[in-house]
Amino acid sequence: MTTTTHDHDHDHEHHGPAKGLTRWLYTTNHKDIGTMYLWFSFAMFLLGGTFAMVIRAELFQPGLQLVQPEFFNQMTTMHGLIMVFGAVMPAFVGLANWMIPMMVGAPDMALPRMNNLSFWILPFAFAMLASTLFMEGGAPNFGWTFYAPLSTTYAPPSVTFFIFAVHIMGASSIMGAINIVATILNMRAPGMTLMKMPLFVWTWLITAYLLIAVMPVLAGVVTMMLMDIHFGTAFFNAAGGGSPVLFQHIFWFFGHPEVYIMILPAFGIVSAIIPAFARKQLFGYSSMVYATASIAFLSFIVWAHHMFTVGIPFLGEAFFMWATMLIAVPTGVKVFNWVTTMFRGSMTFETPMLFAICFVVLFTIGGFSGLMLAVAPADFQYHDTYFVVAHFHYVLVPGAVFSIMAGVYYWLPKWSGKMYNETLGKVHFWLSFIGVNVLFFPQHFLGLAGMPRRIPDYALQFADFNMVSSIGGFLFGASQLLFLYIVVHTIVAGKPAPAKPWEGAEGLEWTVDSPAPYHTFSTPPKID
Amino acid sequence: MSDADNARPSHTRIIVMMVSVVFGMLAFVFVGLVPMYNLICEWTGITGRTNEASLVQDFKVDEQRSIKVQFLAINNADMPWEFRPTVKTITAKPGEVVQVSYFAKNATPRDMTAQAIPSLSPFEVTPYFHKTECFCFNQQPLSAGEDVEMALVFQIDPDLPAWIQTISLTYTLFDVSSEQKTAALTVQ
Repeated sequence: MTTTTHDHDHDHEHHGPAKGLTRWLYTTNHKDIGTMYLWFSFAMFLLGGTFAMVIRAELFQPGLQLVQPEFFNQMTTMHGLIMVFGAVMPAFVGLANWMIPMMVGAPDMALPRMNNLSFWILPFAFAMLASTLFMEGGAPNFGWTFYAPLSTTYAPPSVTFFIFAVHIMGASSIMGAINIVATILNMRAPGMTLMKMPLFVWTWLITAYLLIAVMPVLAGVVTMMLMDIHFGTAFFNAAGGGSPVLFQHIFWFFGHPEVYIMILPAFGIVSAIIPAFARKQLFGYSSMVYATASIAFLSFIVWAHHMFTVGIPFLGEAFFMWATMLIAVPTGVKVFNWVTTMFRGSMTFETPMLFAICFVVLFTIGGFSGLMLAVAPADFQYHDTYFVVAHFHYVLVPGAVFSIMAGVYYWLPKWSGKMYNETLGKVHFWLSFIGVNVLFFPQHFLGLAGMPRRIPDYALQFADFNMVSSIGGFLFGASQLLFLYIVVHTIVAGKPAPAKPWEGAEGLEWTVDSPAPYHTFSTPPKID
Repeated sequence: MSDADNARPSHTRIIVMMVSVVFGMLAFVFVGLVPMYNLICEWTGITGRTNEASLVQDFKVDEQRSIKVQFLAINNADMPWEFRPTVKTITAKPGEVVQVSYFAKNATPRDMTAQAIPSLSPFEVTPYFHKTECFCFNQQPLSAGEDVEMALVFQIDPDLPAWIQTISLTYTLFDVSSEQKTAALTVQ
């Protein structure tokens, strides 16, 4: 994939950004909106992280020290909701906004005004969600999975605000996804066929379809909760002929594709970074595309593996167990492709590559614990223990979050025109790497020993591992402040970066200047 | 952003398609998933929810088999009523009409309404367990201090698989007084 045109200060009335606050309020520029998404998600990452610190501080020792159990439950709930919907998803949308138009050679997103709207409703959604902490009865306390009847009959009054916040987040995600689909399908530069698109674009195209398919399911399930709470229906109320198990089915019919929404774009980022620093083409490009599509398809038929213990008949358990294990096949294809890409490459280990390699190793560990959980009879022991917590944090933190950090280090020179401090970047990586493992690895042992999730206090035999885990948590949390410092320092005082700071990097985004001009590819580039 | 100069496929087409998928999925949740769940539960009986009232059927009583039927009562959450089966275990022959009863007493100082929800175990029994009369078909109001003996009449289908020798029937009693109140308010 090579390109010809070099974007320069063009002929016609191309202008820079407007000045002041209105630039950000009214902008329809994909780069501005991408930047806002990324900063917003970082703010949410710190907020959700603060809640996590409260959780780990309370769990530092057995007994109740810092917070009451009611508040602890609010912390676990808000941590989960904010990290899933506020940190990881908007970060990927931000990366999509910044990179997809540049990667496919488009001047902007297909629907720029809707793009502005889909970002600007998010701060309201999260302000509403966060404000529940100050309401009478407290914030939602039923876990991020908000199982009925905990979230209906026994919910605090603030649950209504939670429901509307979820509606707004869903609307934002759906608009973002439609925009991405339209951009990818309609705005590619001439010659950029589907099978020439960078994998990040492919994974986002598939993710966008997933979002469009399942965000309405989430909207539907919270609407049913709203109706049960306020309008006397009984979708999830057994006394009225409904069923709480129905809630779990609908929630996980959304929830399982949702977890792939949070990982597929990560696959795309890593598939961009590993070839760049191994100085080799990505091994098995088309198998990567098909593997991503297979994972997306399978995500719709495995949801009940989250609910093996509700009393599904034997055949159902067997089906969902085997379907779940099947996902290991396309995922394995991906992992082997990344490893093969690195094999005999001329590798260098700059910060983005460190995060990307760490992603491959630690995400695979999370995948393996996922396989263990998929075994229905074994799941009866693991269900709702810290083993589950360890599993999904391994795929989400050194998985999704590390891939986002890798992407930020990789593309920051392009965004800001400045180079980050490599030494500090590596320090950040190693602190995060050690922190995340000290934090989550002992949780496997805690779970296997039987420590349940979502409890503020625990039996004495769990004390040591919890203390270790908390220390890792504080280390990991603190090192993210270093990340903030590095990014700010780069923007303010970084050394100027060349148009293509990475020797082995490929793709249209490296053919434009650094920082990327406010308008790029007003004339579509030519692709061989 | 109207680039009419090149033959770019229309955004409108994609938007219309995507928005219809969104509304299609939303509709699917309400008119697809929920009824589907209820139908599957009814067909397979996996939740052990017993079926609607049936008429007494003219089964031939199988004198050779005797099935142990256990009756259980659970109070949901903080439901304060006294609630128990009058007889805990009986032996029934497939095909015969059996009548048992549950006792409920509202020992609280306020008038309340309850709804009992049945559950059969093992769930494979569900299609073979016919209730001709059950207190669970209706809500049960009791004023403060009042008590009642509630009837349950059932028949076991003689086609009941041979491996089933014991049936447990559990009733969970829910307090629906507040729902009653809201319903009353809406009526006014």
